[in-house]
Amino acid sequence: MSVIVYIESNENRVKKTSIEAAFYAAETAKLLGTEAIAIALGSHDAAELEKLGNVGISKVLHDSNVKFDQFDTRAITKAIVAASTSVNADVVVISYNQNGKAIAPRVSVRMKAGMVAGATALPYTSAGFTVRKNVFSGKAMANVQILTEKKVIALTPNTLQKVVGVNTSTIEAFSTGVSDADFTTVIKSVEKVTGTVSLTEAELVVSGGRGMKGPENWGAIEELANEMGAATACSRPVADVHWRPHHEHVGQTGFTIRPNLYIAAGISGAIQHLAGVNGSKVIVVINTDLEAPFFKAADYGVNGDALVVLPKLVEAYKKFKSASH
Amino acid sequence: MKILVPISKVPDTTAKIAFTDGNTKFATDNVTFILNPTDEWYALVRALEIVEKEGGTVTVIHQGAAESEQFIRKALAIGATDAVRIDAEATDAYQVAHNIFEYAKDKSFDLVITGKETIDYNGTQIGGMIAEMMDIPYVTLASKLDIENGKAIVARDIEGGKEIVEIPLPCVIAAQKGMAEQRIPNMKGIMGARTKSLTVVASAGEALTTISSFELAPQKTACKMLSPDDMDELVRLLHEEAKVI
Ligand SMILES: Cc1cc2nc3c(=O)[nH]c(=O)nc-3n(C[C@H](O)[C@H](O)[C@H](O)COP(=O)(O)OP(=O)(O)OC[C@H]3O[C@@H](n4cnc5c(N)ncnc54)[C@H](O)[C@@H]3O)c2cc1C
Repeated sequence: MSVIVYIESNENRVKKTSIEAAFYAAETAKLLGTEAIAIALGSHDAAELEKLGNVGISKVLHDSNVKFDQFDTRAITKAIVAASTSVNADVVVISYNQNGKAIAPRVSVRMKAGMVAGATALPYTSAGFTVRKNVFSGKAMANVQILTEKKVIALTPNTLQKVVGVNTSTIEAFSTGVSDADFTTVIKSVEKVTGTVSLTEAELVVSGGRGMKGPENWGAIEELANEMGAATACSRPVADVHWRPHHEHVGQTGFTIRPNLYIAAGISGAIQHLAGVNGSKVIVVINTDLEAPFFKAADYGVNGDALVVLPKLVEAYKKFKSASH
Repeated sequence: MKILVPISKVPDTTAKIAFTDGNTKFATDNVTFILNPTDEWYALVRALEIVEKEGGTVTVIHQGAAESEQFIRKALAIGATDAVRIDAEATDAYQVAHNIFEYAKDKSFDLVITGKETIDYNGTQIGGMIAEMMDIPYVTLASKLDIENGKAIVARDIEGGKEIVEIPLPCVIAAQKGMAEQRIPNMKGIMGARTKSLTVVASAGEALTTISSFELAPQKTACKMLSPDDMDELVRLLHEEAKVI
C-alpha cells in the first residue's frame, strides 16, 4: 500500500498547489503507516522534484515524455492510474486547481475509487475513511465517507499549513506506457498574464468592487498588491464592465479562493461574492457604508472611502516592510 | 449534432442552510430550488446555440424524483428538444455520472455539455466522470466552445489566464461564465414544453461515497472596526494578531 500524489510544474517550478498536495499525501501516508510517492509527467526540473522530499515525499516517479506538456485529461489520467497501480496506491491525492478539476474525476472512475471533491482537512481514519469538504458555497461542511478500497482526494488549494523539512526524494524514471494515440488535445494558444501572482495560489489577495468607481483608480490596489506580493481580484460587476479582466473575478460564478488574507475595497459583500471568498482566513473590508453586508463576514473593518484609505494603507505597509527588514 | 446536457436542481444561493436527522440530511423545508445556474445559463444555452447553427437536437437529462419534473419542463421551455429523467434521488456524483453514462452509451451523442459545478455540493465531478466512462476527451472550466470541422475549439481557465484547445468529437465540456447568456423562456416555449417527450428510466448506478454528517461553517466573531486614519494600526494587527503578514 502507498499514497500517490500528482505533481505539476509551471515554468520549471513545481506548482505551489502541487507542493501542498504532496504535503497532504505525506501526512495521509503517516496516518496510514505507509509512504507517499509522487508521479510527475512531462517536463520538470529534477532539482525541483528532489525538493519534494522536504514535504515528506520519498520517491518521485517521472515519465518525461514531453507530450504530457499538452494538457490532455485522458492521457494524464491513464498515466496517473498506471503509476498508482505500479506502486499499489490506495489513495491518490490531486490538487483541485484548474487542472486537477479535470483530472481527479476521471481518475476516480478509472480506479473505481470514491472521490472527495475539494477536501479541506486531512482524512479521519478512526472509523472508516472520512474527509471534510465545503458545501453550499462555503456555508456548511460535509464529512464525506469513502466506501471503496481505493480513494481519490482532490485537495482545495490553500488548505494546509505545511511543515517543511530538509530531505531529498529520489527520482526514478518511469514509463506510464501511454501511447502517442492517447493524446488527442491540441493546444492552439495561451493567453496568460505573467509576472503577477496567480490568484488561486495566492496567500494574500487585494480585491476591488464597484465602489472603486472606475478602472483608473486601480493604481492603489495594484501598488498594495505589488508591495505585499499579493494577487489582485475583483467583484463580478467590475469584470462585467471590463474594468478588470475576467480571470480576476471571484465568487459563485468566478473563482473560489482561500487566501490567508483577503482585502476587499468597495465591495458590498453580496452572498454570491462571499461564496468565492468566505474560506479566506482573515478578511479586511474597506467600505463607505457601515451597513454593507461584508462587514458581517469581516475580521477587520474600515468604514471609509477606499480611494483615500488604500493609499494610506500602502504607506503604512511600506513603513512596516522597511521596519521589519 | 446530437447534444446531451445533464441538468441539476439546487437550493437557491440565498437559501438558509440547515440540517436535520442528527445533521445527516439537508433540511429542504422552505427552501426554494432552482435549476443549477451553470447548467441552465451556460451549458444548455450554448448547446441550443450550437444546434441552431449546425442543426441537431439537445436532450436534457436529470436524476431526481418526479417532483423535479418542473425543472425539466423549464429546460424544455428554454428550448431543449426532449428530456430524460432518471428516477432516483442523487446520492453521489459517481452514481449520477454512471446513470447518465448508462443512458447515453449507445445513443451516439457528439457532445455532452455540463455546467462547471452545482452550487450545492460544488463538486465539478460529473463531466469528468462521464468522459472517463465513455473514454472520450474532456475540458472543464470552459468559457468558450465552438465546433469547427468536426472538432471542438474550447477556451479553458489555467492559472492566471486562458488556454485555447482543440479536441475531437465526441467529447465532454463543462461550461462556465462566458460560454453563453441566460435565456428567459417565452410563452411559446412554455406551451411547447408541455408536449415535448420526457422519458423516465430506472437508476442502475451505485454510490462510492456517502455523507456521514454536515456542519454549519463556524460563525465569524465580530468585526474589529478601525479608524480610516490609522492604517498603521491595521498593519500592526494583521502582523501581530492575525499573523497573516
Ligand atoms: C446568480 C448570481 C451569481 C453571481 N455571482 C457573482 C460572483 O461570482 N461574484 C460577485 O462578485 N458577484 C456575483 N454576483 C453579483 C452580486 O450579487 C453583487 O451584485 C456583486 O457582488 C456586487 O459587486 P460590488 O460589491 O462590487 O458592487 P456593489 O454592490 O455596487 O457594491 C459596491 C460597494 O462599494 C461601496 N462603496 C462605494 N463607494 C465607495 C468608496 N469610495 N469607498 C469604499 N466603498 C465604497 C458601497 O457602499 C457598496 O457596498 C452574482 C449575482 C447573481 C444573481
